[in-house]
Amino acid sequence: MTLRTFGINEFTFLVQSLQWTVVLTIIALIGGGLLGFAVALARTSSIKAVRIAAGTYIQVIQGIPVLMILFLSYYGLSLAGFELPPLIAAGASMTIYASGYLAEIWRGCIQAVPKPQWEASESLAMTRLQQYRYVILPQAMRISLPPTVGFAVQVVKNTSITSIIGFVELARAGQLINNATFQPFRVFIAVAILYFVVCYPLSQLSRWLERRLHAGSNR
Amino acid sequence: MSYTFQFSALAQYQGEFLSGLWLTIRLSVLSIILGSAFGIVLASLRSVRGRWVRFLVDAYVEVIRNTPFLVQLFIVYFGLPGIGLRVGADTAALIGMTINLAAYSTEIIRAGIEAVHKSQIEAGEALGFTRFQIYRHVIIVPAVAKVYPALCSQFVLMMLASSVCSAISTHELAASAAFVESQTYRSFEVYIVVTLMYLALALVLRAGLALVGMWLFGRRVARRTITALPEVQA
Repeated sequence: MTLRTFGINEFTFLVQSLQWTVVLTIIALIGGGLLGFAVALARTSSIKAVRIAAGTYIQVIQGIPVLMILFLSYYGLSLAGFELPPLIAAGASMTIYASGYLAEIWRGCIQAVPKPQWEASESLAMTRLQQYRYVILPQAMRISLPPTVGFAVQVVKNTSITSIIGFVELARAGQLINNATFQPFRVFIAVAILYFVVCYPLSQLSRWLERRLHAGSNR
Repeated sequence: MSYTFQFSALAQYQGEFLSGLWLTIRLSVLSIILGSAFGIVLASLRSVRGRWVRFLVDAYVEVIRNTPFLVQLFIVYFGLPGIGLRVGADTAALIGMTINLAAYSTEIIRAGIEAVHKSQIEAGEALGFTRFQIYRHVIIVPAVAKVYPALCSQFVLMMLASSVCSAISTHELAASAAFVESQTYRSFEVYIVVTLMYLALALVLRAGLALVGMWLFGRRVARRTITALPEVQA
């Protein structure tokens, strides 16, 4: 058997595996978004115990490595009797990871809505639910757009960690090709370029949104 | 399903965990020192030198910040031997962590430098400070003091991210977890224990950085350091 070289077929394989990076990112953002939104609301709740519980959750998630979340959900879920495809474990752990950070980002955004907005809506006899629905969240959402897009970049990059449990996304595909071709420099530079092609536009978008929304609020 | 926890099975691997923990601590501390030193130098170079220097520093920061740390490690560990530089797993981990952290700290310190008001510099000139004195006392120190909490959050994130160095066979804490798991098959217990060790390490590191901050920049900066959570960097 001769050693393969890093050619067009290998590059195509990398590009194809990029779709799993994207799928995982989308799972993490949707799952982590839903969970993180709930935690953010809990973090701004009027009940103290709920606030503390949510705060602890955020501190713990932000105080442990994504790799440990991954290991715990990979082995934890399989202990619970499910024979897991790595996609489920990877998706679950990226969801948990994203929820801890999104919750904190969005808490900041909810609290960035000026206090008089709460008072004004309260004086209109709105219920707390109505306050959130009609007054606070629409404004918080606008504020949250740039940092959320910025965080998406972190998610894309961190999906690479799922390669360690054998989930074949872009980083894992790079390792597989490296094992076959033994041209690590070319292979991993190509992998890095592909990540960059996904992440850089998102970073720029986040920065552009930041400038735009900032300019708007200073009028 | 029923699963009985047996944490006692891990007791005999205490030494293994401690040596992993020790390497994680050493890698983190060294990369924090080197990474922030490079960050200060690069951010300063960027703001005083011409267009080309600025372009190069910005390009470095953008490339590192928009690619995964794990892939950077792969390039250092597997790629460097290809161009004649053979490095061990520990050295590769340190190089990778330093390169990564330097980019983030450059970006954070740059923001601090840009926040220094022009009138401050003019005030320094009016007092007859030399250019270097102005740079040191009016620009760099206040800039770093201002962004110190954000910088520390990045340090904590780097410490946590060092766990993926186990993928290039650096024998730090996460790698010792994998090793003990392979010996005992008590996966759940092992990862719970190691996760708690990381959590404790994160808290201790943040407290330690707050103390350093108090020593360097005073009480107010220290207090902000304790409460700061990672900022999202766009």
